[in-house]
Amino acid sequence: MAVAATTTPKTGTTPVTAAPRTLRRRRPRPGRAVVNVLLLAVSLVYVLPLLWMLVASVSNLNSFRLALPDALTLDNFDAVLNVDTTYRPMLNSLLLCGFATLVTVVVSILAAYPLSRYRSRLRRPFLYTILFSTGLPITAVMIPVYSMFVQVNLIDSMPGTTLFLAASALPFGIWLMKSFMDGVPLVLEEAARIDGAGAMTVLWRVVLPLMRPGVVVVTIFTFIGMWGNFFVPFILLLSPEKLPASVSVFTFLSAHDQTQYGQLSAFSIIYSLPVVMLYLILSRKLGGGFALGGALKG
Amino acid sequence: MSTLTTAPPGTDGDRRSRGVPPAAQSLLRGLPLLPSVLLLAVFLAGPIGYCVYYAFTDMQLTGASGTHFTGFANFTRAFHDADFLNAVWLTLVFVVGSAVVGQNTLGLALAVLMEKAAKPVRSIVNGVVIAAWVLPEVVAGYLMYAFFYSQGSLNSILSALHLPQQNWLYTLPILAVCLANVWRGTAFSMMVFSAALNDVPQELTEAAEMDGAGPWQRFFRVTLPVIRRSILTNLMLITLQTLSVFGLVYTMTRGGPGNKSQTLPVFMYQQAFQNSLIGYGTAIALVLLLVGALFSAVYIRLLKLEDD
Repeated sequence: MAVAATTTPKTGTTPVTAAPRTLRRRRPRPGRAVVNVLLLAVSLVYVLPLLWMLVASVSNLNSFRLALPDALTLDNFDAVLNVDTTYRPMLNSLLLCGFATLVTVVVSILAAYPLSRYRSRLRRPFLYTILFSTGLPITAVMIPVYSMFVQVNLIDSMPGTTLFLAASALPFGIWLMKSFMDGVPLVLEEAARIDGAGAMTVLWRVVLPLMRPGVVVVTIFTFIGMWGNFFVPFILLLSPEKLPASVSVFTFLSAHDQTQYGQLSAFSIIYSLPVVMLYLILSRKLGGGFALGGALKG
Repeated sequence: MSTLTTAPPGTDGDRRSRGVPPAAQSLLRGLPLLPSVLLLAVFLAGPIGYCVYYAFTDMQLTGASGTHFTGFANFTRAFHDADFLNAVWLTLVFVVGSAVVGQNTLGLALAVLMEKAAKPVRSIVNGVVIAAWVLPEVVAGYLMYAFFYSQGSLNSILSALHLPQQNWLYTLPILAVCLANVWRGTAFSMMVFSAALNDVPQELTEAAEMDGAGPWQRFFRVTLPVIRRSILTNLMLITLQTLSVFGLVYTMTRGGPGNKSQTLPVFMYQQAFQNSLIGYGTAIALVLLLVGALFSAVYIRLLKLEDD
């Protein structure tokens, strides 16, 4: 969650890419070849585990080593594509993260509007509290959350877990949403006000359409974060039929013997695919790279 | 930041306040904040309050009925508990080793080198490093488990190179989880530093070059001082992220063998749920929370200076 506060792109500023630098003509230097080789070596180390997963999922060997398979097979995917292993955990993940993202996005839009538009004595303290909360380790509050959920009978409840996920993503959501909203000029809004529109009408009809890219970024980011979250559902949900994919990867890993790694790889790929796709959409939307640009000036 | 967002007082404020008393008006304006305040109060402030309270009780997993207030007993116990001290030490090794040294240095090195690299190379590095970061935590843990496993990829590489092999997850589990966290988390630092380096004025480095400064001198005397703010912010953020890493470590080693990779979050979880000592686990959580709060406060302090 601490990623949160760094990403404060303003809609006005385009994400910084390396463009201005690469345009400059550089003298070819002997050092450049060394740099390229060095970077490729690092990439190789980085890609090995990923490559292993891809190979293991279609290999007939079931080996921990990265080895060329004798034959390619889709048996592993066949074996995991059933209700218990794949469809239900994925559906649970979708329900949990989908609804939680919806709550986070709607609530942060509502909260961002007064924070971005009105001046009040409470505004600064509130914003600092939000920023401070983005840094708090959510892991540390999970035990008290568990005790609290036991007392109010919310343990093993999908709606309860959804609300907790939504609340834990909220500081980040509000902060990011407010930054985007700050980038929407006041002029249009004032025109609508003069025509007699109320604050909420202005927010939904004028401000939101102008910051659609910002809303998309917050939505995708929130969803990716929740999709990968393991600890929250691991603590708050108990029944096997309610567990999301993040927890089922873990139980799969601990429940089976070594002969199942092909299947686990296949399942891991299926489980990771949505967030990888979403990230690709996000990075394309922000013009390559990542919208961290402009965020950490100083 | 706030300057561009505020309407001049008296212009549009007056129009809206027609017939509505000012106090009621500011309440009305704050109304959209209500859902977020409620959610944050119930699900974040609530548990933090609970955390402070339970940390001073002997609550057990079986229920609240036999819970007594025990003062500082949990904390006294913790500081005499060899396992707790071990967990503190391992957390320190994990945070300093994998975040402060590992991710930070590697991220900076990659960002600096990428500026000088050919474009396709840059895309490849970006792609694979960020891929490791985008993958869900548990999947990353599983991949790293397979990589460091005694019959895994790392050992087959080492044997191909005629280097000594290790049963990494048994002999050096903390090193394995540190390297795993570097593998998974470096992308963040890399992106932060890439953005920061992009903002370093070219004239500065060029002027230094004219004056005869070599590449190392340019880096340490010009670039580093210019981006030091980004380095500080990055250090705060990755420390906070690494402090709360649970899934990666738990998937790879479950804190074991024994307690050789038992960082504070894992220790906290095992005390609370496997030893049923909710009160004790909560006390450890409180320690973790306080350390996190400290770093978080330093972090907003850094941003605040920039803001004002």
